[in-house]
Amino acid sequence: MMGQGPAPFLELQGVTKRYPNGTLALTGISLAVGEGEFLAIVGASGCGKSTILRHVAGLVAPTAGRISWSKPPATGGVGMVFQEPTLMPWACIRDNVRLPLDLAKVPRAEADARVTALLAQVGLADFAQAYPRELSGGMKMRASIARALVTRPRLLLMDEPFAALDEITRQKLNDDLLALWREQRFTAMFVTHSVYEGVYLANRAIVMAPRPGRIHADIPLDLPYPRDEALRTDARYAAACRAVSLALADAILRAA
Amino acid sequence: MNTLRRLAPIILGVIVLAAWEGLVRLLAVPAFVLPPPSAVVAALLADPNTLGLSLWFTLTVTLQAFALAVTGGVALAILFTRSPLLASALYPYAVILQVTPVMAIAPLLLVWVGYERVDLAQLILAWIVAFFPILGNTTLGLRSADAGLRDLFRLYGASKWQVLWRLELPSALPYLLAGTKISGGLALIGAVVAEFVAGSGTGSGLAWRIVDASNRLNTPRMFAALALLSLLGVAIFALLSLVQRLALRRWHDSEADIANV
Repeated sequence: MMGQGPAPFLELQGVTKRYPNGTLALTGISLAVGEGEFLAIVGASGCGKSTILRHVAGLVAPTAGRISWSKPPATGGVGMVFQEPTLMPWACIRDNVRLPLDLAKVPRAEADARVTALLAQVGLADFAQAYPRELSGGMKMRASIARALVTRPRLLLMDEPFAALDEITRQKLNDDLLALWREQRFTAMFVTHSVYEGVYLANRAIVMAPRPGRIHADIPLDLPYPRDEALRTDARYAAACRAVSLALADAILRAA
Repeated sequence: MNTLRRLAPIILGVIVLAAWEGLVRLLAVPAFVLPPPSAVVAALLADPNTLGLSLWFTLTVTLQAFALAVTGGVALAILFTRSPLLASALYPYAVILQVTPVMAIAPLLLVWVGYERVDLAQLILAWIVAFFPILGNTTLGLRSADAGLRDLFRLYGASKWQVLWRLELPSALPYLLAGTKISGGLALIGAVVAEFVAGSGTGSGLAWRIVDASNRLNTPRMFAALALLSLLGVAIFALLSLVQRLALRRWHDSEADIANV
């Protein structure tokens, strides 16, 4: 991975985060992410998974270490989906999804055209005028994903976006997310505490160990795309889940 | 059942008024002690121009003070959230101004503005009492913007103005509107208090009509002016409730009409 090849799309080098109260959230996180990868970050609660995303998003600065890009992203070059849909309750879905474009002062007509296209893609075309409180949890998450993609980001950060959804909705959203990823070719970093979800989506799993948060294992998942429900009964899927689960159990055992 | 519940306050009001009328007549209570409702209505109709003009005067002062309280309160709240230093410097004094009974400030204020400018004293007093709920509620509202949305705005490089206009002010709106319902009523109290304290002079609002009628032992007229004051207070409250409902019903849980969803 190091060697003569081109610089990785994104690289974290020895990223360490200590909060003012002394808590060590992350220690020595070194991770190179290739362009177009779908990375799953798996770990127990409190192992710093979300903190990694917040560092990459630039919302938190590392105490030590550095984050470098092959080409630093412009504003809107990084999209983020939070654990909660995080929509503005006073704005309809169309206005919520258009927010990143409005903040960047993209002309209204162009912005509206992009929002319309994206809402159709995530299956919310009929709900453009609805307010968030009128939507189900799954639909709110779809709106949140549409908002994150509206700037056509090169990197999409997702922080346990589907954790609060029921299993059926979650699987549907996983499939739709994969379709969007294959079509738009963004790089994805997806935090989850579900091994099965991570393996279903990603082509590489980062297993984290808690207290302090650090990388325990880096497991390639070379299951073919496109992936669908049939994969869930595939022996290779089961084997990959087992490998990631074992690494996760090992990480927690060592931390205890 | 629903209709009955809606009509219940009206029915109760009619019963109380009828009992009041009947008892006063039956016991032959003198009108200067407690006039029957019919005498109050008669007093109202006897001189509708003077009372109407006073109503208009009180309404104008109240609305002016209210408008100044809303603009001033929101502006200061925004300043408070921009500058914690300014907030900690000014906040204790805002509290002192708020907890000092407005009645106690009124005489001093009248000395300063002069008894020939009771209307100005009314405006200032009404503003003082109406200001604080707006300031307090809006400050709280601006600070209560969702942390996740703040992160989102930061991720997209939003300017301070964009954060204020698109995130903080909309977040503060339910708090601000709740504050206006309180301060609308307080503005009316402030406008009335100044005239009461002035006692005589150039006052021409409804409070002055009450003082004037009281000096003449014209109790029916006192009741008439009082009824107009209550009506004014109710109208202000109802109007602000309507504004609150229209502004929030589609998105805020406090005004959500579940049947419409």
